Amino acid sequence: MIYVTNPKTVITETRIALKNLGKINPESIDDYIFNGGYQAIAMALEMQPNAIIDEIEKSGLRGRGGAGFPTGSKNRFTSLSCDDCERFVICNADEGEPGTFKDRIIMENDPHLLIEGMLISAYAVGASIGYIYIRGEYDLSISLLQKAIHSAYSRGFLGKKIMKSNFSFDLELKIGAGSYLCGEELTLLESIEGKRGYPRIKPPFPAEKGLFGKPTLINNVETLSHFPAIITNGSEWYSNMGTEKTKGTKIFTLSGNVNNPGFCEVELGISLYSLIYDFGGGIKDGKSFKGALLGGAAGTFVDSSMLDAIMGYDKLKERGATLGSGAIIVFDEDQSVYDLLFSVLRFFQHESCGKCIPCRIGTTQILMLMEKLKNEHNKKDILAEILYESEMMAKTSLCPLGQSPVLPIRSAIMYFENELIKNNQ
Amino acid sequence: MKIMTEEILLKYKPQKNNLLQILHEIQTEQPHQYLPETELRKVSKYLNISMSSVYGVVSYYTMFSIKPRGKFIVRLCQSPVCDMLGSQLIANKLKELLQIDFNETTSDGLFTLEFSECLGLCANKPSMMINKQAYTGLNVDVIELIINDLRNESKNSDN
Repeated sequence: MIYVTNPKTVITETRIALKNLGKINPESIDDYIFNGGYQAIAMALEMQPNAIIDEIEKSGLRGRGGAGFPTGSKNRFTSLSCDDCERFVICNADEGEPGTFKDRIIMENDPHLLIEGMLISAYAVGASIGYIYIRGEYDLSISLLQKAIHSAYSRGFLGKKIMKSNFSFDLELKIGAGSYLCGEELTLLESIEGKRGYPRIKPPFPAEKGLFGKPTLINNVETLSHFPAIITNGSEWYSNMGTEKTKGTKIFTLSGNVNNPGFCEVELGISLYSLIYDFGGGIKDGKSFKGALLGGAAGTFVDSSMLDAIMGYDKLKERGATLGSGAIIVFDEDQSVYDLLFSVLRFFQHESCGKCIPCRIGTTQILMLMEKLKNEHNKKDILAEILYESEMMAKTSLCPLGQSPVLPIRSAIMYFENELIKNNQ
Repeated sequence: MKIMTEEILLKYKPQKNNLLQILHEIQTEQPHQYLPETELRKVSKYLNISMSSVYGVVSYYTMFSIKPRGKFIVRLCQSPVCDMLGSQLIANKLKELLQIDFNETTSDGLFTLEFSECLGLCANKPSMMINKQAYTGLNVDVIELIINDLRNESKNSDN
């Protein structure tokens, strides 16, 4: 384990996904190997695939993309879905949740770590082909990954009979073209298949029927970046970190009205206060903290009564908030909650794919109601209508996009109802 | 020297799952950074998929354009974070400097203004991209310098 303290901050970081940050040249495979790179896959290749899944399961690692699903179970489902069939592993690098840039930091600083994580997951579930689906705007990440894949092939870490074992694995980069929804795992599959980004109906889940109808394991960049360390150090080492139900570390990305916006990787269990004040240096221009949006647009608003909240999937859920992608968007006393909520809802309307009616019409309807809220007097009724509308969408929409607006809406009302009703914007 | 669409197609197997990659490459090679109908027809024929489904994909993704665009595509982030940090002020400044609205191209063919969703460049000031270059920590003064630099750079390269 490596402890790094950023001179700007007084918190202690525990870096796993960012262990090589600033220590290696991301373009150099030699640097990566010199720092212990590709040793985890060498160890993994000596193990039975099932034993790797056991280790991941025991580590308590949960998906870092936002949903927090137990990673080990997902691996297990994919490996058990058929006896001897073709399977795929996919890395979801379509990072697009507003306020989130953790995956970009990993890919720009340590692309080989992601490749090694994919190798381990592919060997564990018996896949011989993998894809990294990355958003088209991440130009630097794309070129660094392309370079890294190329050098991994030339050194025999990708391709046929990897490190003289019987394991072969081909890895290809697939580049998105500007669609938030393609970060949703089933929509991502459609996009890799060369189609419009329309979500599929679940079930079947990807572990059963994924890419080209074959069992597919999809993991986020940050999740995969934890695989090598878990194999090297063991599941017990990993599960000693974090909270009771949310193990390990997480990268948080802090933005908005703070003195030091940026990212840090810390053990789960840190308080929101510590992230905003100790790491973020507090609120800019001597103003006071009004609230934060946790987890991005598909996340929840909180106010100062939540500053003591412990960051962990379950701990936050108990208090009605979400950890999501790890985005923390901070706003000060002068920020209008109405404006911020409007911006979040405009985002959903723009990114709604239009396939299912509740989301296509609902996201537009809600924006119209938001306009009404600004201009008309019966604000309390209009606010109730907005909430009702978003709850209907949550119940009837096909995919997480339509199910999400209720989160920021409900929490904005919970903490800032008075302001939303009073507001004379 | 620009690469012809035919050459790009030959690099890929004629499989539909290569469509996005092919479209990206063709668009990058076009002087006006868009996907002309003539080129889309070649893609449709090569992959053996209907023109309507090619168009369906092109029109779905915001990074693809069927309209000719400028040499520099300015993509200003309008995500909730940048929006609350004043990206609207940057938008107004860009419109004033370039004398066009968003989704328009300057008459000299140099600049196209577009909005983008979160670019993952969140800080405490707004961000944008110009072609593949990311800019963050923006304010109205910086914007003017950036635009003037690009104008000069373009003038010099023409001479």
